[in-house]
Amino acid sequence: MKNSTNNLYAIYILWLRQIKRYFRSKSRMIGSLGQPIVFLVALGFGFGSIFAKAGGGNYIQFLSPGIIAMSIMFTAVFSGIELIWDRQFGFLKETMVAPVSRLTIMFGRTLGGATTATIQGIIVFIITIVIGFRPDIFAILWGLLFMFGIAIVFTSFGTAIASTMEDMQGFGLIVNLVNMPLFFLSGALFPLTTAPFWIQWIAFINPLSYGVDGLRGAFTGVSQYSLGVDALVVFCITVLFLSIGSWLFGRVEV
Amino acid sequence: MAESAISVKNLTKTFKHGFKAVDDISFEVEKGSIFAFLGPNGAGKTTTIKMLTTLLHPTSGTITLNGLDPVKHPHAVRESFGIVFQDPSLDDELTAYENMYFHAGLYGVPRAETPKKIEDMMNFVELWDRRDSLVKTFSGGMKRRLEIARGLLHTPAILFLDEPTTGLDPQTRNYIWTYLKKLNKEKGLTIFFTTHYMEEVERAADKVAIIDHGKIITMDTAPNIVAAAGTANLEDAFIKLTGRAIREQEGNGMDHMRQMRQLRTGGRR
Repeated sequence: MKNSTNNLYAIYILWLRQIKRYFRSKSRMIGSLGQPIVFLVALGFGFGSIFAKAGGGNYIQFLSPGIIAMSIMFTAVFSGIELIWDRQFGFLKETMVAPVSRLTIMFGRTLGGATTATIQGIIVFIITIVIGFRPDIFAILWGLLFMFGIAIVFTSFGTAIASTMEDMQGFGLIVNLVNMPLFFLSGALFPLTTAPFWIQWIAFINPLSYGVDGLRGAFTGVSQYSLGVDALVVFCITVLFLSIGSWLFGRVEV
Repeated sequence: MAESAISVKNLTKTFKHGFKAVDDISFEVEKGSIFAFLGPNGAGKTTTIKMLTTLLHPTSGTITLNGLDPVKHPHAVRESFGIVFQDPSLDDELTAYENMYFHAGLYGVPRAETPKKIEDMMNFVELWDRRDSLVKTFSGGMKRRLEIARGLLHTPAILFLDEPTTGLDPQTRNYIWTYLKKLNKEKGLTIFFTTHYMEEVERAADKVAIIDHGKIITMDTAPNIVAAAGTANLEDAFIKLTGRAIREQEGNGMDHMRQMRQLRTGGRR
């Protein structure tokens, strides 16, 4: 019987692999919850009263969408390390000689990485509710949409970086160099409207800003831009990053 | 003349800085035969296999695999061969069955037939009772057997094996070659392999090519090569033809580790 490769099925297979690996490594799953919890508790309760005194309202309500976005972004970018891992341990070769295009492989991997990052975001979302976050439950679909958007953007970004890297240490360094400023200057921790001019400019060109803003708008009804603008920007960046990621991944040699 | 499974004409690969890894080689591999491709480290074996298996584009020359050009029809060619790489290429975090299942999905093996095929192939390499174990719990020999089973899952016409038995004990090597010869005989599978173990070549190969510095220096049956060199066995003939100097191989960290392993285990034969 003739074999016939179905690209959609191949994407599903590659996606399934990432999901299985994610649920199998419980330690990684639980370990990566530490950082968002520390941020939520330390900042949320530490700055809460000052934020309220300054007239900002409930800080947990402001901070939670930012922390959800942060945990998605970090997980998503770091999923790029699996590409380096697969290259060093040979599994990448197995996919590269399969009768499917590079684009299919890239899509399958990105979708898998983005799904696990979104699941991570949902777990953090549940934690924020336990801590005292009160989101608008009717906007949950919008919220999920932004969570998945952030996940896709930064998984592509991680893949793009990983495609040009030989070793894991280099990847870790570059990622930390980029992740931290993106996070701190995204409006995740403080309102941008009252921030200095130059921070506003950086936030303006920071993709994460629109993800955080959209997520906050969906869950709390308070946002800098309208949900439509945020969604459009996140969508355009998704297309851009997916293209860059695909192009760089297409050049990977094994 | 018998039909060719692989036909290579004037194949050349030049890397950056002008290094010619493969220099104008030509050969034919008959359908249903076992072909040994030998050479010291860095002679151009892996580069040649990478070009035959669509992972590298040739600088010049032509390749025909099962009647198709890998450069023009990479996907059709990929469906027609299986490969066992020099280094392991399994997903350690998945079970043996999952590794097989994902391979079937990527190669478009009809879904209705997949479970039966996986069971058949895993029975063939005697790993069916370990199907639900994570691959990271497998020994080197078990991983190799699983890779062979996986490489055959989509019923290819040609199987490439790049040093399939390096680092394995004599029992496992014997085991693997018994499988491969059986496959060759029963299913008419064409096998193209590289190795540093000359007795494997003398036992299994219908034809032998020796490559050095990117050029094929001799190509014949093993007994003819030994006779022409006037030596006692193929190992001596190989050394006579390629010289005694130890070869350095440029490579990444994994290659280096593998070489160290070869140094440790290879000298004991």
